Amino acid sequence: MKYYDKLVFELSQKGRIGYSLPVNRFPSAPELPVELKREAALDLPEVSEVDVVRHYTNLSQMNFGVDTGFYPLGSCTMKYNPKINEEVAALPGFNGLHPLMHAGLTKGALKVYQDMNKFLAAITGMDSFTFDPCAGAHGELTGLMIMRQYHMNRGDLARTKVIVPDSAHGTNPASAAVCGLEIVEVKSLENGRVDVEALKPLLDGTVAGMMMTNPNTLGLFETQIKEITELVHASGGLMYYDGANMNPMMGVVRPGDMGFDIMHLNLHKTFSTPHGGGGPGSGPVGVAAHLVDCLPEIRVSGFHGNFGVILRAYAYILMLGKQNLKKVGQYSVLSANYIKECLKDAYKLPIEGVCKHEFVFDGLINDGAHDDVHGATTLDVAKRLLDFGFHAPTIYFPLLFHQALMIEPTETESKETIDAFIDVMHKIAAEAAEDPRILQDAPHGAPIKRPDETAAARNPILKFKDAR
Amino acid sequence: MAGFSYIPHTDADIRAMLDRIGVGKVEDLYADVPKEFLKKGPYALPDAMSEGEVREWLGSLADMNPRMKVFVGAGAYDHYTPSVIPYITSRSEFLTAYTPYQCEISQGTLRYIFEYQSMVCELTGMDISNASLYDGPTAAAEAMKMTVACTKKKTRVLLSKGLLPNVIAVVETYAKFHGVEIGHVPVKDGQTCLDCLKAELAKGDVAGVIVPEINRFGIIEDHAGFADAIHEAKALLVEYCDPSTLAVIKSPAEWGADIAVGDGQSLGIPLCFGGPYVGFMGVKKDYMRKMPGRIVGQTTDKDGKRAFVLTLQAREQHIKREKATSNICSNESLMALWVTVYLSLMGPEGLREVNRLSYDGAHYLKAELLKTGKFEDPFPGKPFLKEFVLKPAKHPGLVQNDLEKAGFFAALETEEGYVSFCVTEKRTKEEIDALVKIVKEG
Amino acid sequence: MSKIIEGLKYSESHEWVKVEDGIAVIGVTDFAQKEMGDITYVDMPDVDDEVNAGEEFGALESVKAASDLISPVSGKVVEVNEALDDTPELVNEDAFENWIIKVEMSDASELDALMDAAAYKEHIGE
Repeated sequence: MKYYDKLVFELSQKGRIGYSLPVNRFPSAPELPVELKREAALDLPEVSEVDVVRHYTNLSQMNFGVDTGFYPLGSCTMKYNPKINEEVAALPGFNGLHPLMHAGLTKGALKVYQDMNKFLAAITGMDSFTFDPCAGAHGELTGLMIMRQYHMNRGDLARTKVIVPDSAHGTNPASAAVCGLEIVEVKSLENGRVDVEALKPLLDGTVAGMMMTNPNTLGLFETQIKEITELVHASGGLMYYDGANMNPMMGVVRPGDMGFDIMHLNLHKTFSTPHGGGGPGSGPVGVAAHLVDCLPEIRVSGFHGNFGVILRAYAYILMLGKQNLKKVGQYSVLSANYIKECLKDAYKLPIEGVCKHEFVFDGLINDGAHDDVHGATTLDVAKRLLDFGFHAPTIYFPLLFHQALMIEPTETESKETIDAFIDVMHKIAAEAAEDPRILQDAPHGAPIKRPDETAAARNPILKFKDAR
Repeated sequence: MAGFSYIPHTDADIRAMLDRIGVGKVEDLYADVPKEFLKKGPYALPDAMSEGEVREWLGSLADMNPRMKVFVGAGAYDHYTPSVIPYITSRSEFLTAYTPYQCEISQGTLRYIFEYQSMVCELTGMDISNASLYDGPTAAAEAMKMTVACTKKKTRVLLSKGLLPNVIAVVETYAKFHGVEIGHVPVKDGQTCLDCLKAELAKGDVAGVIVPEINRFGIIEDHAGFADAIHEAKALLVEYCDPSTLAVIKSPAEWGADIAVGDGQSLGIPLCFGGPYVGFMGVKKDYMRKMPGRIVGQTTDKDGKRAFVLTLQAREQHIKREKATSNICSNESLMALWVTVYLSLMGPEGLREVNRLSYDGAHYLKAELLKTGKFEDPFPGKPFLKEFVLKPAKHPGLVQNDLEKAGFFAALETEEGYVSFCVTEKRTKEEIDALVKIVKEG
Repeated sequence: MSKIIEGLKYSESHEWVKVEDGIAVIGVTDFAQKEMGDITYVDMPDVDDEVNAGEEFGALESVKAASDLISPVSGKVVEVNEALDDTPELVNEDAFENWIIKVEMSDASELDALMDAAAYKEHIGE
């Protein structure tokens, strides 16, 4: 990757244009009243079409995507994004549909929603889905709203708490807070699973429900899930399944069968739609049959959710079919366990045993610290990986370990790619033992070196005009 | 076992990996799952299709949706999309990247977000923009929560009845669960009623007020006096706006807004049955740390080179958890790129020309429709840009039906029994004349 | 080794209190600023806000973390250190010199529940 230092504003030349619009053939309407007209200048760039294409092509070359290389980002399921998905989502018959067109004009689009509802229900064991949420966190919020609505409909207004494991994604407590719920954390055991004994005393008539990922954020299956769902249900609460970690369950286990009442899926993780540098995603929420009545009362986005993303996921499921679904789950788990076994001689594995689609190391076994030389941290390992053409794993999450390094390979990576990653991780560990400063100065070959994030936060420069 | 193109594992790979792990078969990796939860029997899914079959099938579904000339807005606008945009946004370095957490190899994403933030600030006149939100209505909901967080001990937010119905519905949903009371300000004479607003503000419990720059009747509202009244009551003014129109009408900052929100769809994003679109938010500097969502900032790297990073992250869910300003995580980054490329191509002149064409076209259509004698103007003399409503002599549904049969999606019925029309720069004089002809004959 | 000043009162959550003419001057300890690393923002209450002993009144932020500030005493905020708005790094430079808020105490006996320098030294294990 090469460094390119322009902003589009810096290419601007007065009088240059990059648009092509039709000649105005309408009679000229009277001007707007002056008190409604914009007075301020409008300093948008004035650039040619060629300038725009070159500029953004240059910017793209400072970026790393799944199509560039291996992206073992834990909890993010960065699998390959099939190209047929892009092709069908761009069809004018879908792209040109106004969202307020009635059912008679949108039969093809509605068929996509109907099929997706059936497919996702079959895959998850839930009864039906709403497709309005635009991302995973948005799905969580919607699911929690449904949870509260369910209790409200029963006249049970005392249930204002939600239980969240201490290993949960940060979005879980944040979504609960936006939904007006109070968070109660339940501790994890040494083996990384929810402490059922610690859960019991928390369950009373004030608990609306419990949010869980299974497998959890350590990539471990919650083996006592049956006891947990029974306890929560017995106390009158509902079980929420955070679908961020659904990939290893594909074709093998269904959240509905485990006793979950509400769940969301991240179509941009499990169902192969591209992440787009941070969205658009789609976070459909599924509910068990006894909660279907609550769905129509919740309106969380402008129209019908991110239809373009739903279309891509639909194409993916059609390609998978019932024959290939299980391969997704199984091979994501196979690849994760293989990496874990190959690297645990160089990186601390805090919890032994079989993992699911991802696992967490707690930093290097030998970080190279000696005398007055600091050891290499997880951040240093991550930055050094960039030099070898790999994206870094998720770092410093979950919060249970100080040097967390969370690796998720997904099912779409070949053994050769995975072996190359393992070799590089070993090489980095050897470098750390030898001289940790090689890692601490990394990346060496990226478009930029490590930036000064403290200065960025102390003196925020958040737009072009601030910088001048 | 037949192979599958997205999964590269050969039988030999699988055997070698299992041996290294030390288990006999793939199923053993699920030995910790209680047997009763392992799915028995096949999934109720169709048989796998080939890529060609998927292409055929989705093509046939797309063909089931008739291609219409769109004369409706109401929050989703059929503006022109320059061909450069999909070309750039489909570059896989942008398309297949994750959120730019590893900034050293994400400078492309971080730079365009910085440009996007700069452009949102330029259009709205606000000091600070975030990296995007889901859509316009959720951006309004985030603004609703923000006004409560920024004004201590106040729990009520007022919504103008001139806002689009879907904006009101989403804000009300968020408010209900977040514990915020919602009040409404009526529309009188085609405009959010300032006297009614003042009466509500006098109650002293109002944290914020959300009003539309252009209301659901298409009327450009005059918000003179709004900011003063609202600030005097120690509340915040939120302007909901269509960013495309801000090239020509007063910006939220010019009305004295504290927060500007809306949907970026009108900046060249295809209709696509309602999404993906992109919510935007601009705020005054005082409220920077209460703003939801990701923000990109400029700094330097170790060698002194200009560099861009995600900043002010201590507001966000992965650090503050339940105390975060919002739960938002993934936003609409690629759609922010879409908007950024659009605004780069259009520039100030292009955006003004888009508005000029829409304005002249809409005024032409309205005049021609009134000439047919089949409509009354419920808001005579009120200023509008590209959208307007008329009161039809016959049943609104019938007007829409006649036009639909001729290939026009137009004359959308409102709750008052008006029909609404929208004209963008994509609508030609020939199309408008043809539409008017149908109305005359109908 | 973190700096500790004799004669001040300390809380378990690493705030210090100095009483001047019945007004409690509150800051964070040297130990706390070291734990946080480079402080990028100090979130402070407004003058005239009420604070309660044991409850948060603001937060320290670094690039990757946020830590609540817990008030050691109850009362009304009479002054906030506005210099920290623009230069939060002052807390890193000298955590004792750069106080955060001043509080008019409603119950001075709350001070008795706090630690002295020796007890705080033991608390942080140095």
